[in-house]
Amino acid sequence: MSVGQGRAKRAEPRPASRSGTHATLGQGTPVLLVDDLSKTYADGTRALDGIGLSVQQGEIVALIGGSGCGKTTLLRLIAGLDQASRGVVQVDGAAIREPHPRVGVVFQEPRLLPWLDVAGNVGFGLAGLTRAERRARVAHALERIGLSEHGGRWPRELSGGQQQRVAIARAFVAQPRVLLLDEPFSALDAFTRKGLHEQLLDLWAESKPTIVIVTHDVGEAVTLADRVVVMRPRPGRLDETVAIGLSRPRDPVAATYEEAVRRVLAALDRSLRPAAASRPPAPETRAAWW
Amino acid sequence: MRGPPLLRRGARAGLGLLLPLVLAVGWEIAVATGAASGRLLPPPSRIGATLWDLAASGDLRMHVEATLIRVGLGFLCGAAAGILAGALVATIPALRWLIDPSLQALRAVPSLAWVPLFILWFGILETPKVLLIAVGVFFPVYVAVSGAIASVDRKLVEVGRIFRLSRLALARRILLPAVLPATLVGLRTGLGLGFLFVVAAELMGASEGLGYLLVDGQQFSKPDQIMAAIIAFALAGKLADMALIALTLPLTRWQDTARESL
Repeated sequence: MSVGQGRAKRAEPRPASRSGTHATLGQGTPVLLVDDLSKTYADGTRALDGIGLSVQQGEIVALIGGSGCGKTTLLRLIAGLDQASRGVVQVDGAAIREPHPRVGVVFQEPRLLPWLDVAGNVGFGLAGLTRAERRARVAHALERIGLSEHGGRWPRELSGGQQQRVAIARAFVAQPRVLLLDEPFSALDAFTRKGLHEQLLDLWAESKPTIVIVTHDVGEAVTLADRVVVMRPRPGRLDETVAIGLSRPRDPVAATYEEAVRRVLAALDRSLRPAAASRPPAPETRAAWW
Repeated sequence: MRGPPLLRRGARAGLGLLLPLVLAVGWEIAVATGAASGRLLPPPSRIGATLWDLAASGDLRMHVEATLIRVGLGFLCGAAAGILAGALVATIPALRWLIDPSLQALRAVPSLAWVPLFILWFGILETPKVLLIAVGVFFPVYVAVSGAIASVDRKLVEVGRIFRLSRLALARRILLPAVLPATLVGLRTGLGLGFLFVVAAELMGASEGLGYLLVDGQQFSKPDQIMAAIIAFALAGKLADMALIALTLPLTRWQDTARESL
């Protein structure tokens, strides 16, 4: 997988199977497979078109792009919250059409249930466990996010960062194979965000779920991801893929980090620039252009 | 439960009592010194004496019991119907289109307008009284429940979907707690209206109950008895409201505003 693949494939003729648009690492069976995924709304708006993505076990992929390029739509389709107009999503080979036990989600807002205390929220999704098992898992998760002392507090008593930590713990405690995060830190200040990045990576290192995180923050993408996939809007498509290739923990002032940020910025820049010039003006003429 | 220091709270409550106390003492003095006759508005001491006599003879207890039973029955029926109808209408669109317009139209009828019809249909015994109270309780509960269910945060429902809750579990673990606060507000409003309507119900003919004391006091020109009945109504209503809050407070402990608004 190289940085250039995304750009190269734009010039290729469209394969008949349409599966050639995969942004993939290229080896092993993917945990998460997205093939030819499209979403058209009832009013004819095309939110996503022909998305292909495969993500390996334990890999962290960041989807990046401006608003309106379908990042959240894509995540909701993978989560099974919405139905695709075409194409498939598979987790471990099983098609996803509705929320799946192996797929966890952290939303942009914490979405904690205000009538449950912190521990109750963390354990909300745990089913089929004995009381003791449940309590142990919740206690462990609370400890990992540094909220052991706060299990009995109400969500409204927590700061925004703490609430989002609880939401992350709630997702992790169910031990998902694939964890989807939809701009989970976008409402937080830079200091809080940095702390949460570390805790997220901490939790991830324990069970190594596959993570797809949507963000519009290049620094966040480079800090967290193995691969950064750039999306472009109208309709939402995957553009270039940038492999980060840095070991963890990552040092944000290292030259290699800076270089990775520059590569992502350059890819973002390319995804924005040709949009007006070489993109087809209307869907009808697209076939000819391809 | 954090609040202002006890002293300051006590001072505030005392300030609230100051006005009625001054008025009562003033009236007492005015009647005692002969400045006012106190025939139509008896002084507090006479009202107190009447209340005491009623209590001592056991009459007060009988009347309060009769009234509370009517309010209780009417409240139970009205609240149950309101919750059921509200839940059905909010969750089944076809039902909403079918019956909500009719219910809203009926709601616009002043409930006392039903009195003559109820008397014609059910006579003047207990049935029309309980029914009238139930009608009064029904509407605020219905409106509160259907509104609360309709405005449940879709984002929280999505959390339930992510964890694959069944429809039943979704209702129990997300919808129910989410609509509880608004439902309780509706129940309180309903209970208040229940006390409003029990007066009307007992005015239409009763041989016992606080409303009967009112009518009796008017017919035999006993303003002290009327005042005693009014005070008993106020106390009974306030105590019932407090009981409802005490029963439901554990359910809304999580709410930021619960303590202030209740």
